[in-house]
Amino acid sequence: MQEHDMSWVRTEMALAQPAPASVSGPGAWVRRNLIGSVGDTILTILGIVIVAWVLPQIINWAFINAVWTGPDRTVCATVAQGGIQPDGWSGACWAFVNAKFGQFMFGTYPVEERWRPILVAILFTALLVPMLIPRVPRKGLNAILLFLVLPIVSFFLLVGGVFGLPHVETSRWGGLLITLSLSFVGIAVSLPLGTVLALGRRSKMPIVKMLCVVFIEAVRGIPLITVLFFVSVMLPLFLPAGVTFDKYLRALIGVSLFAAAYMAEVVRGGLQAIPKGQYEGADSLGLGYWQKMGLIVLPQALKLVIPGIVNTFIGMFKDTSLVLIISMFDLLGIVKQNFSDANWATAQTAKSGLVFAAFVFWLFCFGMSRYSMYTERRLDTGHKR
Amino acid sequence: MASQEVLREESSRASFINDPKIRSLFFQTLVVIVLFGSVWWIVQNVIDNLQRLHIASGFGFLRGRAGFDISDTPIAYTSDSTYGRAIVVGLINTIIVAVAGIITATIIGFVIGIGRLSQNWLIQKICTVYVEIFRNIPPLLVIFFWYSGVLAVLPAPRDSYHLPFGSFLNQRGFYFPRAVWGEGSWLIFVALLVGIAMAWFVARTARQRQMATGQQFPVFWTSVALIVGLPVLAYVLSGFPLSFDLPKQSTFNLTGGFQVKPEFLSLYLALSCYTAAFIAEIVRAGIRGVSKGQTEAAAALGLRSGSILRLVVVPQAMRIVIPPLTSQYLNLTKNSSLAIAIGYPDLTATAGTVLNQTGQAVEGVLIMMIAYLILSLVTSAVMNVVNARMALVER
Repeated sequence: MQEHDMSWVRTEMALAQPAPASVSGPGAWVRRNLIGSVGDTILTILGIVIVAWVLPQIINWAFINAVWTGPDRTVCATVAQGGIQPDGWSGACWAFVNAKFGQFMFGTYPVEERWRPILVAILFTALLVPMLIPRVPRKGLNAILLFLVLPIVSFFLLVGGVFGLPHVETSRWGGLLITLSLSFVGIAVSLPLGTVLALGRRSKMPIVKMLCVVFIEAVRGIPLITVLFFVSVMLPLFLPAGVTFDKYLRALIGVSLFAAAYMAEVVRGGLQAIPKGQYEGADSLGLGYWQKMGLIVLPQALKLVIPGIVNTFIGMFKDTSLVLIISMFDLLGIVKQNFSDANWATAQTAKSGLVFAAFVFWLFCFGMSRYSMYTERRLDTGHKR
Repeated sequence: MASQEVLREESSRASFINDPKIRSLFFQTLVVIVLFGSVWWIVQNVIDNLQRLHIASGFGFLRGRAGFDISDTPIAYTSDSTYGRAIVVGLINTIIVAVAGIITATIIGFVIGIGRLSQNWLIQKICTVYVEIFRNIPPLLVIFFWYSGVLAVLPAPRDSYHLPFGSFLNQRGFYFPRAVWGEGSWLIFVALLVGIAMAWFVARTARQRQMATGQQFPVFWTSVALIVGLPVLAYVLSGFPLSFDLPKQSTFNLTGGFQVKPEFLSLYLALSCYTAAFIAEIVRAGIRGVSKGQTEAAAALGLRSGSILRLVVVPQAMRIVIPPLTSQYLNLTKNSSLAIAIGYPDLTATAGTVLNQTGQAVEGVLIMMIAYLILSLVTSAVMNVVNARMALVER
């Protein structure tokens, strides 16, 4: 048996041949994704033209030609406009942003007191980061600190008037401080309020249901500006003579109520998606209404609608910029207010300031949307197909 | 039935506090009392405050002289007109910018949304960048960007940009030739209407014939010929009654032509760009929501890729797309109220001015709310009709 001539049998494995060049490698990738057909090639050329036309302009404007530091408008103005730049120059005036950075962040908050908002920002970050990382334990304690203790501490820190801190009235707040504080309180208020409204809308009590429907539909049917008008013009009329409201508080009420109506519809979508068996199962265990909702239905429903909730948050964060209509100066408002500063009035000032504000807004919104996608993937327990 | 009787007896034996009916009655009574109490308190306060400020309530103020000017007046308006007319002007401006914005946003949105699904890597990335930029910045910022960042730094009228078709672009807006309809031009409109009616009729007969015999008819080109050709024919036959009033450049300003003010232009561009990003996402989700099996089955039947898109994918995608598209249209209409920030006289701006001048806060806000509510309801109604036409026809 062993004497047979076995020389025709391979003893070692043949190495796998690389895929032919036509289906792998950069050449094939280009052929598949860029020049697959005549139409595709035309589109690619069009795309290259757009990129080649836009990108160098943006880079030139934002980085190469940009002015980073300077005392006043002369550094950002051309000779014809009374500055030092050659005629025909066009570049970002980051010197403007640089000079006004403190204002953009804190508004007219007194300079010697600015450590207070900075401290609040540090505390906020210190509590938010562990909250966002799923592996860090003690989420309950963290949430209580973040959503109950922090707002109270921040309130006393920012407003002052106690513990020897000088009082800073809210009319001196501004910039990113207002944007962030308005949206944080709005988020913290609108989620529970929206949940209650959604439960009310699905309630079996006709009067409660009707009230919730009327509130939600009325608020969703009108623009936020009208709501802000409403709270800034009508609230003083609603209260007895002499009782006045802080303007900041009025904006806070308007933004929170507005966001709550949208949140209610998002949460309602989640509530409707929970199968009836879950409600009946909770009933059969003898749970009361709030136990049923709090322990069985809402945890599942809220998880289902995380993308919608975060979208509402992002929408609200962007909407805080509208408080400028009732003459409060959030980040966008204060940037815009500074356009009229004669010291910095050039053709590039407005564009630079707005691009800076857009970048800050974009950073926050993009971060939120990416985090929501991450959470969605993490919480996906396989209910979806 | 019997078991229910037993249950009822059971519950009557338990404490009445635990009876859901009694509880619900109690809570609702409580809600009603609290509601009426607070409404009564608010109404009392409002009456007191109004009396203190000497403001008469009611809508009589609408007939008063407005006394302020409006920059964009689609209908005749002077500062001698009434407050009511000022609000109507604002409402018409809102409708104009909303309709123009909706049309443009839909076109850009569909192009970008389809672009994001393209096989072409470059196009896909460009569209993604567009969506991610515009979705994540506030619409008000986009408006300011166009207004103070782009349009305000355009050259003065003296050095306007010359654009094709005799139009100009400068600080004061966009100027293009205005059509002047001469005598006999009504024939052109009649021809247009006749063309549309005939195209509709041809399309109907062609469809019936295709259903009956399977023979196709080039409906598209026939319709184009009818709708474009007939008015052109009428134009020629009636002796070229249409002429154009071209904008002319003088030393300090442009005269003639039709001027689009920078306020309108920046609001319109910003709303279109901003909403288009959201529409793009909706379109993308809609097309991806059509299962791949549909496309493959259509290909197996021998349809070309254009026909697959037109006959199989798009009708199904539209069912997913239309409801969220409607809410984007509503959002755009509501966002048009941002006009107030740059001084475009829309409904919120004019009603706000009226409100400030007369002090009629309650009525002013009420008018605004009702007007926007009606706009929203009309948009929803139109889109519901479209949706009903697109809906799956089930037996």
